Amino acid sequence: MNLVYAILIVVFLSLAIIPFLNSKMKGILTLASVISVSILSSIPAIKALTGESTELLLSGTIVTSTIPVRIDALSAWFILTINFTFITGIIYGISYMQAYKKQKANLSLHWISYILAHTALVAICSVQNSLVFLIAWEIMALSAFLLVIFESYSAKTLKAGINYLIQSHISILLLTLGFIWIFYKTGSFDFNAIRDFANSTTAFGGLVLMICFFMGFAIKAGFVPFHTWLPLAHPAAPAHISGIMSGVIIKIGIYGILRMLFLIRTDYLAIGYFILFISIVSGVYGVMLAILQHNLKRLLAYHSIENIGIIGIGIGLGCIGLGTENNLLSILGFSGALLHTLNHSLFKSLLFYSAGNIYQSVHTVNIEQLGGVGKNMKQTAFLFLIASLAICGLPPFNGFVSEFIIYSGIFNGIHDATFLNLMFLIFSIFGLVLIGGLAILCFTKAFGTIFLGSPRHSFHQKPKESNFAKRIPMYLIVVLIITIGIFPTAFLKALSLPVSQLSGISTADSIPLETSVSKTISQIGYVSLLFIVIAGVIFFIRKKFTVSNLYKTSSTWGCGYTGQVSKMQYTASSFVRNYRKLAEPVLYVHKFKKEVNGIFPGKAWHETHPKDKIEELFISSPIRQFKHFLNFFGKLQSGNPQMYILYGTVFITLLIAVPQVYEIIKTLLKFLNNL
Amino acid sequence: MISLALIILVSFFFTGIVIRTKSIASGRKGPGIFQPMKDIFRLFKKGAVYSETTSFIFQVAPSIYFASVVMAIMVIPFGQYKGIISFEGDFVFFAYVLAIGKFFSIISALDTGSSFEGMGASREALYSMLAEPAFFLLMGSLALLTGYTSFHEIFMTFHFGSYISYALGVMATFVLVMICMIENSRMPVDDPKTHLELTMIHEVMILDNSGFDLGLILHATNLKFAMYGALIANLYFGDLPLYYSIPIFLVIQTLFAVSVGLLESFTARYRMSHNAQFIFTLSSVSLLIFFGVLMMLGKLI
Repeated sequence: MNLVYAILIVVFLSLAIIPFLNSKMKGILTLASVISVSILSSIPAIKALTGESTELLLSGTIVTSTIPVRIDALSAWFILTINFTFITGIIYGISYMQAYKKQKANLSLHWISYILAHTALVAICSVQNSLVFLIAWEIMALSAFLLVIFESYSAKTLKAGINYLIQSHISILLLTLGFIWIFYKTGSFDFNAIRDFANSTTAFGGLVLMICFFMGFAIKAGFVPFHTWLPLAHPAAPAHISGIMSGVIIKIGIYGILRMLFLIRTDYLAIGYFILFISIVSGVYGVMLAILQHNLKRLLAYHSIENIGIIGIGIGLGCIGLGTENNLLSILGFSGALLHTLNHSLFKSLLFYSAGNIYQSVHTVNIEQLGGVGKNMKQTAFLFLIASLAICGLPPFNGFVSEFIIYSGIFNGIHDATFLNLMFLIFSIFGLVLIGGLAILCFTKAFGTIFLGSPRHSFHQKPKESNFAKRIPMYLIVVLIITIGIFPTAFLKALSLPVSQLSGISTADSIPLETSVSKTISQIGYVSLLFIVIAGVIFFIRKKFTVSNLYKTSSTWGCGYTGQVSKMQYTASSFVRNYRKLAEPVLYVHKFKKEVNGIFPGKAWHETHPKDKIEELFISSPIRQFKHFLNFFGKLQSGNPQMYILYGTVFITLLIAVPQVYEIIKTLLKFLNNL
Repeated sequence: MISLALIILVSFFFTGIVIRTKSIASGRKGPGIFQPMKDIFRLFKKGAVYSETTSFIFQVAPSIYFASVVMAIMVIPFGQYKGIISFEGDFVFFAYVLAIGKFFSIISALDTGSSFEGMGASREALYSMLAEPAFFLLMGSLALLTGYTSFHEIFMTFHFGSYISYALGVMATFVLVMICMIENSRMPVDDPKTHLELTMIHEVMILDNSGFDLGLILHATNLKFAMYGALIANLYFGDLPLYYSIPIFLVIQTLFAVSVGLLESFTARYRMSHNAQFIFTLSSVSLLIFFGVLMMLGKLI
């Protein structure tokens, strides 16, 4: 009995049973199912990471031919990441969905889609038959769509969902094109055929194929300019779905890109430059827009684009390393990218879960209305803080480790680089630093305005801490975040196989490089620990001092003003106003305001609506023009029955007359020729 | 270890020299050079007033801020002697550990719920974000020039020889001085002696801190000054033996302090709205250094 059938049996059984259970049991069965699928798929994955990859050949059907299931180190890394995020997602989701327990049918659909999405993602990582791959991809896209539109009674959610559905089908279209091309040339669905094809074709052909696949996967991953579905879909979905979407579903795009890079050995230098450029733009653009958002979940969604950019920078550097035969650069680039994939899935799901806690407590995620929430939700505040520090890439957390690896890749790569190469590397240093700085601005804004200060809005009920069940998965994630931050070498070791698979460097060659890298990285762990210790010691000394001294509480210093000051607090918009002024030429901010004037001024207000310029340029504006063009034909739809009969008559007449006329012309020409 | 000890030593009188220089430049006698340190010790012994709006963040932030500066100092080498922490790419750690301190000082300012402190926090976040690329480009260029990626090795192999290298040294010093002024919120970006909250950056962020916490924050500033001074000094002494390098170190730190004092006496603060542009221009100076390095290596085109 092999694992594939075991997984399928578990999945189909749970799918069949879920509709007949009550709301609570539905969730629990889903949990059981997700955990069993995770365990079943993690066994070969862990084996693959220790060097023993699994290969199964399923007989398949006459259409698909044999289906190879291969779990190698690269798949394994992604499978483990997916499993972890899906488990935390379901534990969180069960208590999150308690609020919706009356919608039984809707819940059934939701949990069924959850299981399907999980299984499809695992399948995508392991199946190496292009037809089955596309089917799994489609199942994943559809189930993700169903997951997003859980609150389908809200028009906004549905719209976001449909936008996602369409864009993910454009992605499928591009992938299908690529696979058809290969099938046409080689007559095989097996992924190995892709490598054979890429080896036999010209460099240019390989490049075009790679770019075709890259664009298909980039839509899923959310690289700029293919990102426009992301900021719409994430806020619309329930918190745990946003968590898994941002944590792993978009990462499957990264998996696809890496898999294709592994299979299509083409002009790596050109591909590297291309990916690097697009990634830096994604990273900087994502965070630039994130800062201006007022909706917390939208802000986090833009941050996903930024982090995909960072992962992409790693991949791009890895490719440049391959292209210039700089082994160290390619090892560091790919390790950074893969580790950041895991890291981002951790802190981003944690952030989305925290956003979910806030939403269920005060029913809004509008940053401008929140304030001082941390006093009532101490643990959520703490969890959000850890995640914010991690996402900004600050030590002693995991984000720093992966960003540091990418940085050291760049700084090691500049030594023997050519001029063009150097320009790209300097450009990526600049990009990474800017991303880091802007992320700090963004998360001080988000954390500071939501959790600190005093309330900006009076809610009907005071915000209260979420229940314990929701916090369990969040603490699980925090443990992993800190573990990676302090003991990064263990994870780096787990990465060595996937990385050597990608970089194509034999283990014997890579061991000396890896030991030097892991020596540096282990230093980071110690140093991070030292930092925690020093901060603790200073805090302890301070505690000793202040206890022995007098201290008292009073109101905040208001420059002599002692009245009510909570309304005078800095808001999120004012916090980023200086930045907005700087960034306005590049971005696209709609501003409306009514200023205070006159002796008896009325109410003054100020609104900003950050718009996505690239969406406007590449999607909204072309669609508008296309609609405008189609409007010309609107006149045909007069609604007058006589007209429609006329169209019919004209159509039939033309149908009969055109061949006749054609024949006549032909005879006429023949006659003229004969003359 | 030597660098840590010396930096702590210099931090005791650095701001004192700055203040003394300023007093002499404006025709006053001025306090002794250890006066700022005495003030800090007095603060350590004082009680504190906390705002009712604040939470736990406000309590821990100064300690973390101070710890981050201490960590950053540990990375700095002293000539041929490594810092306590030294590994490949340690300058990335240096910048990021300072950033975590800044993160906490910003959110602790927001924790008070005061409009003034929010304003300061907003400016601090933006300006330090803009200054960061200059530092990384500078270090990247030096790494390219020397072929190493840790502070210690970079400074050990950085030698003056050609005209370009002198130009690089001068520009690198300029960039480091300016970054130091921005990080410490001094002239020409921010005026620590201004008496209007609306025009402050750093000072306004710590309006609500008092007692031990305020002492920590103020001393962190002193340490930061000495730390950047040490970075600049490191550019110059290479692998000289200790009996040369320690006096050189002290002289450079004193010169740095005097020039900070002079700068603050004779320049006006820039307009707040133009600060961002000014800071971003620093990156272009760093880029010049980068191209200088390319010229030295013969890699330009």
